[in-house]
Amino acid sequence: MRLVNWLRFLVALWLGKLAGFASRTLGRGGSSLPGKLCLLVDSGSLKRLSGQLKHGSVLVTGTNGKTTTSRVMEDIFRAAGRYVIHNRSGANLLGGVTSTFVDAASLFGRVEADIGLLETDEASIPRVAQEVNPAALVVTNFFRDQLDRFGELAHTVELVRSGLPSVRPGGILVLNADDPLAVSLGRAIPPHINVVYFGLDPNVCSSNEELSPSDAFVCPSCGGGLEYTHRFYSHLGIYRCLSCGFSRPQPDFRLTAMESEGMSGSTLEVVGPEVHPFTLRTALPGLYNAYNVLAGVAAAWSLGVCEEEIRYGVQNSVPSFGRMERVSVGDKWLNIALVKNPTGFNAVLETVASGDGSEGLMLCINDNYADGTDVSWLWDVNFEILAAVRGAKPIVTSGIRAADMAVRLKYAGVDPSRIKVEPDLEKALDMALSWVETGGGLVALPTYTAMLQLREVLRRRGLVRHFRED
Amino acid sequence: MRLQLTLEICHLYPDLMNLYGDRGNVIALWRRCIWRGIEARVTGVSLSSSSDLSQFDILFLGGGQDREQKAICYDFARVKAPQIRKAVEDGTPFLAICGGYQLLGEYYQTGSGEKLPGLGIMDLYTVAGRKRLIGNVVAQSDLAGSGPARLVGFENHSGKTYLGRGVKPLARVLSGYGNNGEDGLEGAVYKNAVGTYLHGALLPKNPWLADWLISQALKRKYGRAEIAPLDDTLELMAQESAARRAAKR
Ligand SMILES: [Zn+2]
Repeated sequence: MRLVNWLRFLVALWLGKLAGFASRTLGRGGSSLPGKLCLLVDSGSLKRLSGQLKHGSVLVTGTNGKTTTSRVMEDIFRAAGRYVIHNRSGANLLGGVTSTFVDAASLFGRVEADIGLLETDEASIPRVAQEVNPAALVVTNFFRDQLDRFGELAHTVELVRSGLPSVRPGGILVLNADDPLAVSLGRAIPPHINVVYFGLDPNVCSSNEELSPSDAFVCPSCGGGLEYTHRFYSHLGIYRCLSCGFSRPQPDFRLTAMESEGMSGSTLEVVGPEVHPFTLRTALPGLYNAYNVLAGVAAAWSLGVCEEEIRYGVQNSVPSFGRMERVSVGDKWLNIALVKNPTGFNAVLETVASGDGSEGLMLCINDNYADGTDVSWLWDVNFEILAAVRGAKPIVTSGIRAADMAVRLKYAGVDPSRIKVEPDLEKALDMALSWVETGGGLVALPTYTAMLQLREVLRRRGLVRHFRED
Repeated sequence: MRLQLTLEICHLYPDLMNLYGDRGNVIALWRRCIWRGIEARVTGVSLSSSSDLSQFDILFLGGGQDREQKAICYDFARVKAPQIRKAVEDGTPFLAICGGYQLLGEYYQTGSGEKLPGLGIMDLYTVAGRKRLIGNVVAQSDLAGSGPARLVGFENHSGKTYLGRGVKPLARVLSGYGNNGEDGLEGAVYKNAVGTYLHGALLPKNPWLADWLISQALKRKYGRAEIAPLDDTLELMAQESAARRAAKR
């Protein structure tokens, strides 16, 4: 009987590996097919593969920042000399996660790694957690993201909550203290889990948004109104509910200071429990990335990595493609940052607008399934900031919904003569670059499928490598 | 001396009922006034506000998630609803989208058959459906009275709305589901109040509807409805791209 199970597992694994080999040969990266096939033949294969990890798995979930947070953690664990496997391609559903293990396993199903870093889609948390029994679950935040697919935000929170019982005994739950929705997960948790909170000190920054997309000004505990004494951005801040007493917990890991150097990164000061304030230098720009770094630091520290290794790991963490990665294009440079929801978009725009305004700007909006088919979220982004600070340089809008983007800019107060609509991404790129001075840069902000297309254009021109698993 | 026209725009529950880029509708009304030299001011009126709604010339109510819709429930029924009803009867232009639209009706019948009372401002009711109706919509409307006008937007609702005799449909669906996916109708009109499932945001992509609301407000306040034309090249381009996407569904 056991032999039958073993054979079934091997067949499943080999089938998965074969599919992985085929898709790589065909030049398609980041596939979830190998994992799907493997699970189809042996539904217990993910449990068997992930169960061999010496230190178990860490699941990273949340609306924004899961890719960057898991990248930061990967760099920290590498600096600590641990052998990490990581689903880097953004294949973050059950199939994609399984593919990562199929790829890492030997022909006889052995997994040698110490730790599995698994960026996991919120909706996939219950299944993935059940299979891998994570040692830690990191929740970055909950924002509105592609409502047409997930339904309501409260439902997303419940999905993640239903994964908590699968966390292994003594495991940790790392939560954003500044996000009331994330904090609501830390209430009434199973007794075998320890909660670790991270958050910002009020002096680090304050929001200057007037009209902002509000996702959670309602108390997640009683449905009453939340009162904020401080807001960092969107619904992240210091809050309490006047009706039931639900309030922001005191964070275990605090960002006590931040010095921003615009698009080139920031210097952060972090304080933890029994840890002296320590300074970190990161190439990841903006406040939203400070949150990602802080989440990664809190998780890594709680899993036993020391200060020196954390500092070294964070310092070596550079933005990946589509996350503010910088690419040279002839004598100019191009910064690409993926945008997928109002909060992330606002954060990137603020970083862009804090520069001297000499860079070009290109906004690429698609409405394919992976982007979210409803473009109405563009109206919750504060493009007004562009009308106020940028000089006379044209702004190029591109992608399937280039015209929607242009209308949004017009109603944000950007002079229509500055708005150039070019739905074709390649033409738009050349047009936008033509307005950039030698040595200057262009910031491109694409939605997911627009980012893949842009990457393909750059690949054809030999500017980035083939789309691999990173 | 030329009279300075002024319009007061009210955004109801901007902090709670703000799903699907609803604030874009308010931005569109405001900008299209400003561009014409009409002075316009937007006031957000939410839970704790005791504002007198009769001082406003245009009212807007967006959609919310269940949780937020519950949060406004009491304040809406006790404080705002009688004022809104009065304003609508008095001919104040009112635009309500999605969840806000459903609230205007007689009742909302849940999946278990329970009937949650609405405001009863419009002769319509909504029944919870099993399937979510999602996607780009193209419809045709005679509202403005100058021949059929195209209306595009995005719908995302599971409630199915049915119109009674006391209201007119806003538009006929050419592509998409509309009110209920059955009778080919979209939205409802009563006096100068308009309810619809279409967001996107709706008004920036359908400038004629924004202008209809503005001119009805001017007619009511100043007795004149003519407004200067604007250059809508970008808006019509966006309308065209939405229509193209709808054709693919
Ligand atoms: Zn409460």
